[in-house]
Amino acid sequence: MDDDRWYAVNTTPADVESALRELQFARARRSPGFVPARVLNLVAIVDAEFSGEVENRLERLRAAHPSRLILCKVAEEQEGLDATASIGSTMGEPSGDRIAVGREKIELTLAPRHAAALDTIVGRLLIGDVPTVVWAPHRHADGLDSLRRHAQVVLLDSQDEPDPYDAMERARSLSEHMRVVDLAWLRSAPWRERVAATFDPPRLRGDLRSITAVTVRHREDSAAAGLLFCGWMASRLEWRPLSLTRTGVDRVGRLRARRGEVAVRLQSVDMQSPGLGGVTIETAAGESVSFDRGPGGLRSHRRERDGREQTWTVFGASRGEAGILADGVRIALSPGSIYEPALRAAHAMVA
Amino acid sequence: MAVAVESLTEVNPLALGLERGPVPPTTLTIFGASGDLARRKLLPALYNLAHDGALPARFNLVGISRAEMSDDEYRRFAREAIVSFSRRPPDTQVLEGLLTRLRYVAFGFDEQEGYGRLDGVISELDAEAGLPLNRVYYLSTAPAFFGVIMERLKAAGMNHHRETDVRIIIEKPFGSDLASARALQAIVSTSFRERQVFRIDHYLGKETVQNVLAFRFANYLFEPVWNRNYIDHVQITAAEDLGIGTRAGYYDSSGALRDLVQNHMLQLLTLLCMEPPASFDADKVRDEKVKVLEAIRPFRPEEVALNTVRGRYTDGVIGGERVPGYLDEDGVPEHSGTETYAALRLEVHNWRWAGVPIFLRTGKRLARKVTEIAVTLKPVPHMAFQNADSAGVQPNQLVLTVQPNEGVSISLGAKVPGTRMSIRPVNMEFLYGTTFLSESPEAYERLITDAMRGDATLFTRNDEVDAQWSIIDPILAAWRASEVNPAPYEAGSEGPEEAQGLLGAGRHWRTL
Repeated sequence: MDDDRWYAVNTTPADVESALRELQFARARRSPGFVPARVLNLVAIVDAEFSGEVENRLERLRAAHPSRLILCKVAEEQEGLDATASIGSTMGEPSGDRIAVGREKIELTLAPRHAAALDTIVGRLLIGDVPTVVWAPHRHADGLDSLRRHAQVVLLDSQDEPDPYDAMERARSLSEHMRVVDLAWLRSAPWRERVAATFDPPRLRGDLRSITAVTVRHREDSAAAGLLFCGWMASRLEWRPLSLTRTGVDRVGRLRARRGEVAVRLQSVDMQSPGLGGVTIETAAGESVSFDRGPGGLRSHRRERDGREQTWTVFGASRGEAGILADGVRIALSPGSIYEPALRAAHAMVA
Repeated sequence: MAVAVESLTEVNPLALGLERGPVPPTTLTIFGASGDLARRKLLPALYNLAHDGALPARFNLVGISRAEMSDDEYRRFAREAIVSFSRRPPDTQVLEGLLTRLRYVAFGFDEQEGYGRLDGVISELDAEAGLPLNRVYYLSTAPAFFGVIMERLKAAGMNHHRETDVRIIIEKPFGSDLASARALQAIVSTSFRERQVFRIDHYLGKETVQNVLAFRFANYLFEPVWNRNYIDHVQITAAEDLGIGTRAGYYDSSGALRDLVQNHMLQLLTLLCMEPPASFDADKVRDEKVKVLEAIRPFRPEEVALNTVRGRYTDGVIGGERVPGYLDEDGVPEHSGTETYAALRLEVHNWRWAGVPIFLRTGKRLARKVTEIAVTLKPVPHMAFQNADSAGVQPNQLVLTVQPNEGVSISLGAKVPGTRMSIRPVNMEFLYGTTFLSESPEAYERLITDAMRGDATLFTRNDEVDAQWSIIDPILAAWRASEVNPAPYEAGSEGPEEAQGLLGAGRHWRTL
C-alpha cells in the first residue's frame, strides 16, 4: 500500500502535528497491525538543492532504525513554511499475525531565516520520551545550535570540515551539550579493533609500553579520522598529546609516553573511499605491525624483532558509507565511553 | 576510564570500551564437518563472522569427518553450504579468503592415527602463523562419538598445550539420561578441565532468550512482584506445528521430554527464576541457575502421573492440509511408545518461588509455533467495582515471547469508554521487531565467538546438566515403566485434554 500523505504550503507546525495525528488514526483504523515507529526522532537539516543524496542515505538507515524522520530542507528562495507529512510501512501491509512497522516522515521546506529558530518549529513535532538525534550534513550550525535543548545526540562527520582543527573544535564544543557521534570516528572502528586485538595476547601486552611510532594513512580529506585514531591510542595508553606540525600534506609530531616519545605521522594517500587506508605501529625492539585495506578485509603485515616477516588477511567486508551511518545511529542509542577522551587528545594534537 | 599502563598484563587498555572485544587467534576444528549441522549452521555462521570482521585476525578451520575429501573438495562443500544457508549473500572476496584458511582431514573418529595427522595439520598452521594459535575442537557429531573423540584427543596429547588455550565445544544432547550424562562427564573430566569445556544449548545464543535476562535485571519495575506473594503461576510453552520431518530415527529415541524440556525449557525456567547474579561473570550466572535447578525436587515415582502428561499426535489438519499421525510417519516403529508432547508441573522450593506452580509444555504438530513464558499474577484482593462491570477484570499477565513475535506484553484492566465503569483487559506490548529492525546474528555466531574468547556464560556447566537430568530422570523412568500409552491428541490441536488436569481449578493453558 502507498504511503498516506498530507501536504500544505505556508502552514504552521501546529497544523503539521495535527495532520500527522490524523494520518496515524486513519492508518490504525484501516490496518490494526500497523505499529508506529517509536525508537527515535531523527532530525536532518539539509540544503534543499542537495537533499536527494541525504534522503537516500536516510531511507536505508530507516530500514534498520524505525524512527520519525523530520527532514528540514533549507531553501534560499523560500518565504513561508511548506510541509509534507507521510505515513507508511517498511515491510508492506500487516496480515494475520504479522505486524507492519510504520515509518513517519515530515518534510519541512524552510526559509534560511527559520534555521536559527528551528526549535520552535521542530520541537512540537518530536515524539516525547525517545531520543532525538540531529544530523546536519550541510553544516547549518545555526539550525543545529537551535535544537540543542531538544536533542540528546548529534551526528556529525568531522571529515566535512576542511580544517581538522575546526573539526575537532566543533565536535568538542558540541560535546559539551550533547552526545556526539562522529562518523569520522566510526570509520576508524575496524582499525581500533584490529590494533587492540594485536596486543591482546597477554605476552604481547607489554609491547604497548614500547611503542615508538604510529603512522596513520588516510584519504586526503580524512585527516580527522586519523587524528581521532591517534587520539584514541593516546588516551588509552596515557600518552600526553602534543601539537602536530604540517609537512606538506602530512602531519607529524611526537607524543610523550611514560618511557619516551612516540612519533606520530598522519600520511595523506590516494584512495577512493573516505577514512583510513592503513596503520603501522612500531616498537623499540624493531617489531612492527601494519594493517592496510585489501580485497576481502585488511591486509596485515608483521615484522618480528629478528627480521622475519609475515603477511595475512584479516577478513571483513566493507560496511560502506550507509553502514557507517547506520552504525552511527545504533551507537547513538547505546553510548560508549572512549570517544570523548580520544576527542580531547585529538583536539590537543591540532590545537 | 583510563587503565594504568603498569597493569598491562592484566588488562589490555586498548580493548576497554570497544564495541567488540578481541578474539584470540584460533584454529577451530569441526568434528562432523560434512554433517548437516556444519552445513546449515556452523559454516554459514563462520562466514558471517568473517563478513562482519568478527573472526580472530589469525584464523584457521580444519574439517574432520570419515568421508574422503581433499582440501579443495571440502572448500567446494563449504562454499555451497555458505551460499545456500548464510543469512546474507556472501561477499566473494571475503568468502574466497575464508576458504583459503580451510583444511580437511579424513578419518574415523575412533582411529587414533587420524588424531596424529590432525595434530600435524594444526602444528603446520601454527608454524605458518609463526605462533601457536588457540585450539578449539567442535564436536558436531552423533552423541555416541563425544566420549570417543575426547579420549582420543587425550591419548594424542591434544587436550592441552603448553603455550596456548585448548577448548572443546560439545553439542547437545549431553547424555540421554542421568547415568549416561554422568558417564560422559567422567570422560570429559578425565580429558579436559571444566574451564576448557563449552556445552552448547543454542537456545542460550538467541537474542530473545538473552533478553529474558535483560528484562529481569535491567528493569526495577517488575522485581517487587517477582515472587510467590504476587505470582499465581507460570506457563512456559515451546509449541511446534511441524512434525518430525526426516528425523524419525533421532526423535523416536529421544521424545519431547529429552528433545526440548531437559535443555531448552529448563534453561528458560532458570533464567526466569534465578536470583540476580552479583555480576555477569560466567560462573556467577551459572551458580544462580544451578541453585534454581537444585531447588526443584525430583518427583518420586508415585508423583510422576500426578504432575506430568505425555501425549502423541494422531492424524489431523494443519494449515488446511491433512497430516499423518506420529505412528504413521516415515521411519517411526509400529509399536513406538515415544511421546511427542510433554507437560509438567514443577515447583521451585525456595523463598521466592515456594508454592508457585510452573507449568511446562512442549509438543509437535500443535496448533501454532510459539515459544513463550507467561507469568500470571494473582487476582486483585478486593473488587471495588460492581459485579456486572467487573466481569472483565482478569489477573494481570506478563508474557515474554521468544518466538515468533519476539517481545514482551502485559495485560492490564482498562475502562471501556462509556457511562459505566466497565473493565476489560487490554494489552501493552513491546515487540522486538518494531524497535530493532537490524538483522540479529544467528545463535551459533554468538556462541562460537564466546567459546573462542573463553566466555562460558551462555554455555551449560557440568553441575547444571547433572541437575537438569536429575529432574528429568525420574519422569523418564516412570514413563518407561508405565503400561499406558501416551495420550492421543489430534494434529493441529492444543494438545491432549489430559494436560488441562495439571493446572488445577480456575487455570487454563494459554491458547496456542
